[in-house]
Amino acid sequence: MGSIPIDTTDGRTEILRRMLTIREFEETASDMFADGEIPGFVHLYIGEEAVGVGACSALEESDYITSTHRGHGHSIAKGLDPKLMMAELLGSVEGYNNGKGGSMHIADVDANMLGANGIVGAGPPMATGAALSASYRDADEVALGFLGDGAVAQGQVHEAINLAATWDLPAIYVVENNHFGEGTPVEDQHNVENLSETAEAYDIPGFTVDGMDVTAVYEAVAEARERALAGDGPTFIEAETYRYRGHFEGDPQAYRTDEDVSEWREERDPIDSFEERLLDRGDIDEDELQTMREEVVAEIEAAVDFARDAERPAPEDAYTDMFADPAPEIERFVGDLRADGRGGDSQ
Amino acid sequence: MTETETMTVREAIRAGLREEMERDEDVFIMGEDVAEYGGVLNVTEGLLEEFDERRVRDTPISEAGFTGAGVGAAATGTRPVVELMFSDFMGVAMEQISNQMAKMRYMFGGKTDMPITIRTTEGGGQGAASQHSGTPHTWIAHFPGLKAVAPGTPRAAKGLTKSAIRSDDPVFVFENKMIYEQDGPVPTDSEFTIPIGEANVEREGADVTVAATQRLVGESLEAAEELAGDVDLEVIDLRSLYPLDTDTITESVRKTGRLVVADESPLSYGTHAEVMARVVEDEFYSLDAPLQRVGVADTHIPFATELEDEVVPHTEDVVEAVRRVV
Ligand SMILES: Cc1ncc(C[n+]2csc(CCOP(=O)(O)OP(=O)(O)O)c2C)c(N)n1
Repeated sequence: MGSIPIDTTDGRTEILRRMLTIREFEETASDMFADGEIPGFVHLYIGEEAVGVGACSALEESDYITSTHRGHGHSIAKGLDPKLMMAELLGSVEGYNNGKGGSMHIADVDANMLGANGIVGAGPPMATGAALSASYRDADEVALGFLGDGAVAQGQVHEAINLAATWDLPAIYVVENNHFGEGTPVEDQHNVENLSETAEAYDIPGFTVDGMDVTAVYEAVAEARERALAGDGPTFIEAETYRYRGHFEGDPQAYRTDEDVSEWREERDPIDSFEERLLDRGDIDEDELQTMREEVVAEIEAAVDFARDAERPAPEDAYTDMFADPAPEIERFVGDLRADGRGGDSQ
Repeated sequence: MTETETMTVREAIRAGLREEMERDEDVFIMGEDVAEYGGVLNVTEGLLEEFDERRVRDTPISEAGFTGAGVGAAATGTRPVVELMFSDFMGVAMEQISNQMAKMRYMFGGKTDMPITIRTTEGGGQGAASQHSGTPHTWIAHFPGLKAVAPGTPRAAKGLTKSAIRSDDPVFVFENKMIYEQDGPVPTDSEFTIPIGEANVEREGADVTVAATQRLVGESLEAAEELAGDVDLEVIDLRSLYPLDTDTITESVRKTGRLVVADESPLSYGTHAEVMARVVEDEFYSLDAPLQRVGVADTHIPFATELEDEVVPHTEDVVEAVRRVV
């Protein structure tokens, strides 16, 4: 059973709350990006919430994840604080990465979230390494690497899975097949029909699940986790999903039509369908749902307020955090850094 | 007096690995053929028997995969020592090296350590041709977030290997494969280390400073013997490329007024240029002659012995460079 038990009412409502939080966080981020308040690249996860939340809820807090450039959803699903995330999106020193990471690199090693990543396919080798570390330390921990359908074409992904498979490491690879790698459809990038067929090459279990159904993802990951902890090695899971927004904010999306998007959005939305299910089972009623939505909106508003008020980095912070053991080179090139490291004049 | 034992560079590195594995349960070794086979250059020979397959691990031939696994393992509570068989193969692992290993601490706002050691071999002289003879340490020394050491003596090889493993930063240990058999005194104390970032004056002299690395430390000492009575060479083993011990170099140049940099890497834009730039920045007015560099003339390392001998720098190249500045 994961950190959020899906077989209890509280667990299911918490799962819903996390999906709603991701969507609200990202809709807000989208507006703030459009207003010029968030710099850089922003890749939104809207539409894919069931994958991140389904997968992370089936993990324990002590388990590791690696993420992708589309990492807000994974971060919230892993329990990261939207306040510190939003502060990072604005480049504040109070954000998760002290303003050195931004949207594409949010990380919290204390929460075993080993980073969103700007390099497609770079996460799975590190997930393999975290799984290696867990097994080396004899800890009951697993590592889950998220990757996109496009990333499945990257060589290092296959090296990572092969390594985990030959060493029976407690790893799980979750492919979010949202049908596009940037602007190119998945079928133009891979010759197999289901990406989960990849697993065959490594003689590990491979499944394709409905990534719009949080329960299906949860169950697949929970089972993979058990297998991993039993010493039976990694599992490869493909979750079929869809992103509603462009590849990045500002993407003109000539590669698809509004109808393509609304087909998924109207028929298969992961939040609508899970809400309906919880209403049907009586886990929640309309009033409670309304209250939950309002709470989520308030939480994200508070996150935005926090981020806007948060301290800005001092210019000399650009030169810190390079090494644990000092290298005199940085001082050589920028002069002595101020003793207290921040604030005030930088000469 | 610290006790020493005569060891080869290979034995010194192995002793360093063994001592750190005994000292710290979190340290393990992985790479291609490092366990059963003992490493293609036999550095890890015998360690599998002394430890076990949990601590000395043969990987599939997948440099990106296992280097990346080293990064993940280093971020989650262990201290991997990754062997990259030949440094020419760094290219296939470069994404994990340059974007993950090097940037993780910085991009995470300082909130993670990256205690990984990469051991790899460099250098021509074995007729191994271009893809197994390169000396690309400049790539790593140039890249922010990575540390690089390149020992020239058995003592330095042991001391720096141990410091690399103990460091919470990613450290590359560049081993020149032509000096694995070179021997010398090595402290046996298991607490002996050499700080990363400290050069060593191997021979004191008054006339010309030769700042050398790896195999060229020994060859420069030979050059000093050849020139003795004529020109008095001071020979420094740089040992650490990043961080670089500017003070030891400038102090020497202040005394001699002349500098030759001898390093078996391509001459353009590299290690030589960095050492010289710092001397010119800090010690320009001490210089009595133009600076000279000894290295590889921007070619790859060819196969035929005559061609390889031509390209790879040797004692006589150091002697010639010294002759040009006195
Ligand atoms: C190594 C690398 N190549 C290219 C890119 C540019 N890029 C960023 S995201 C992306 C598409 C990735 O597709 P996919 O893995 O399916 O993830 P999705 O965006 O669909 O979530 C590309 C090509 C990159 N960041 N890294």
